[in-house]
Amino acid sequence: MAFLLFIVPLVMAGLALVTPSNRWRPWLIPAGGVAHLVLTGLALSGGPVSALQGWLVLDPLGKLVLGLISVLFVVCSYYAPAYLALRAERPNRFFCACLLAMLGMMTLVTLSHHLGLMWVAIEATTLATAPLLFFNHSPRSLEATWKYLLIGSVGIALALLGTFFLAYSSIREGLAPTLLLDDLVRIAPQLSGPWLHAAFVLLLVGYGTKMGLAPMHTWKPDAYGEAPGLVGALLAGGATSCAFLAILRFYQICQAAPEAAFAREILVFMGLFSMAVAAVFMIRQRDFKRMLAYSSVEHMGILVLGIGLGGLATFGALLHLITNGVTKGVLFLSAGNIHRAYDSKLTDDVRGAIRRLPVSGVLFLAGFLVVTGSPPGGPFISEFTILTGAVSGGHYAVAALYLALLAIVFIGMGTTVLRVVQGVPSAQAAATSYRDRPQLVIPILVFMGLSLLLGLYIPKPLNTMLHDAAAYLEVTP
Amino acid sequence: MREFIDPILVLVLLLNFVALGASRLRTLIQAVAFQGMLLGILIILAHGSFMLWVLLMAGATVALKGVMIPRMLFHAIREVVIRREVEPIVGFVASLFLGAVGTALALLFAKTLPIAHEPVSSLVVPASLSTVLTGFLVLTTRSKAITQVVGYLILENGVFIFGLLLMEAIPFMVELGVLLDLFVAIFVMGIIIHKISREFSSVSTSMLSELKE
Repeated sequence: MAFLLFIVPLVMAGLALVTPSNRWRPWLIPAGGVAHLVLTGLALSGGPVSALQGWLVLDPLGKLVLGLISVLFVVCSYYAPAYLALRAERPNRFFCACLLAMLGMMTLVTLSHHLGLMWVAIEATTLATAPLLFFNHSPRSLEATWKYLLIGSVGIALALLGTFFLAYSSIREGLAPTLLLDDLVRIAPQLSGPWLHAAFVLLLVGYGTKMGLAPMHTWKPDAYGEAPGLVGALLAGGATSCAFLAILRFYQICQAAPEAAFAREILVFMGLFSMAVAAVFMIRQRDFKRMLAYSSVEHMGILVLGIGLGGLATFGALLHLITNGVTKGVLFLSAGNIHRAYDSKLTDDVRGAIRRLPVSGVLFLAGFLVVTGSPPGGPFISEFTILTGAVSGGHYAVAALYLALLAIVFIGMGTTVLRVVQGVPSAQAAATSYRDRPQLVIPILVFMGLSLLLGLYIPKPLNTMLHDAAAYLEVTP
Repeated sequence: MREFIDPILVLVLLLNFVALGASRLRTLIQAVAFQGMLLGILIILAHGSFMLWVLLMAGATVALKGVMIPRMLFHAIREVVIRREVEPIVGFVASLFLGAVGTALALLFAKTLPIAHEPVSSLVVPASLSTVLTGFLVLTTRSKAITQVVGYLILENGVFIFGLLLMEAIPFMVELGVLLDLFVAIFVMGIIIHKISREFSSVSTSMLSELKE
């Protein structure tokens, strides 16, 4: 079972490489997505999944991220063939293969309980996504891919050094060296303190780069700005969630060693700093896809802030992982449609999206309202839970700063979004042949529906998973 | 065999300075290639035996870091580079000075971290940190795309040196996975360098400055 989960997408990726037809090949993506969703459903509902003597284990945290990735991918995959049909002039062989390989590698990250294997899988995710960013073959996408690859690889190299430091912290104390998560959590109280501190900082910088926490977020606006909307949704909801999971793994070790206070302080600081940087760059942002990238930086900040605050906020952060993931699907896909319709992503050219694209335009506006925490969207509940956690934990200054930053982001993002959706489209903008069609808007509607559903009612199985994951994260030996 | 480790680590450190002072791309790549080969030898020395997996690991390291990746880089400069100078943003003397400061800092920082009772060599931690810093320096102060790749390689070498302390902890498969990821990363970077040179008829990353706020 554990093997099937990540091998099936890889096999589909291989099939995509050998399929000759540019027209039919994209249908392998939804096929792979559905197969993965079925396997994920079986894995989540069935008994414990593990393989290779504890190297691959599906624990409550992994289940949460795996479920998110699978749902995100399957909905996006329905969008993919129609999108690629719009871009029929581009060969899509590597695009399809890399998209499926990315799914396989992200799945491997959620299963890895060996920290070395997890590192290999995360680096492989980076490598699989690089060709996706380069899909447009323009000088600008070239620049974005270069920055993504170089900054990502350097960050990940630091994470490897951090992983080595962690392994050394056990050798230093004369313990048997190990990189298995379960063993490390068990022996955590004996690990050498200074090495553990250094390891945590390096890992946070390394995987934080992949996650896009400020100040290591510089690749993000470029990558999300140049990538197709579909890839943006998978990066912002999927790949970053995998990096977040990696940070949670190390947080778990710090938590089991009596170093939680140290880790939490750093996480709270990084979270607030990311939100602040995002807020500053979102004001007067003319490029609406880059704006979404800064929104992603902000929400990654919210995630680590929630974990850093602990208690109720931990539950809030895990819920936010899900609500943010599906809402990002709405924003990136609708932004992609608007980009296609206007052939521009600057607010100077893009006006009156609601008139030009009644469905995508309205969904873009609704997505903005939901992601900034307006009720009754899912992010409202999760952001509110984090706020409650901050106040009940006595972190009044953090809570005040958090609210202020959310308000600034709301205003900054709102200015750009309203410029895009309001007004009358220019004659030049109506010139492209793009029209909203079912296959391009149904996935957005599904994401929107999921996001609203999570705001009104959290289904019982998901609620159980969230509680299990929060309990698993806070566990002490 | 452990008495040979320290001299080799000193050689690795000296190669860092060669890389920082190199004005020609060819010298820079040769320095990194030599460093990669030394890493392979260090693996055997650190383990102190000739078991099959140790030899395989050392062989794979030498083949990848010492031969294949440098060959890819040489191929890239033959194909695309018009000018073979390094084009530093920070001058060579200043880079060397910064490198020396970095090495001193690495030695000081390594002192504050407790070392295991029977270390492979007390030089491993400072050599590793200093090489990582050198990698950063090359990465940030040289403007060509290819020199940035070399900087990333030096940084990776630094991480790899630290891995010598953990020969038993890191399973063979994971080490191979790390090497494979590195190889694919450099390969993809090579492709992108090729595209950059076709697009801008230069491989200077100063051309890559359109995306900004």
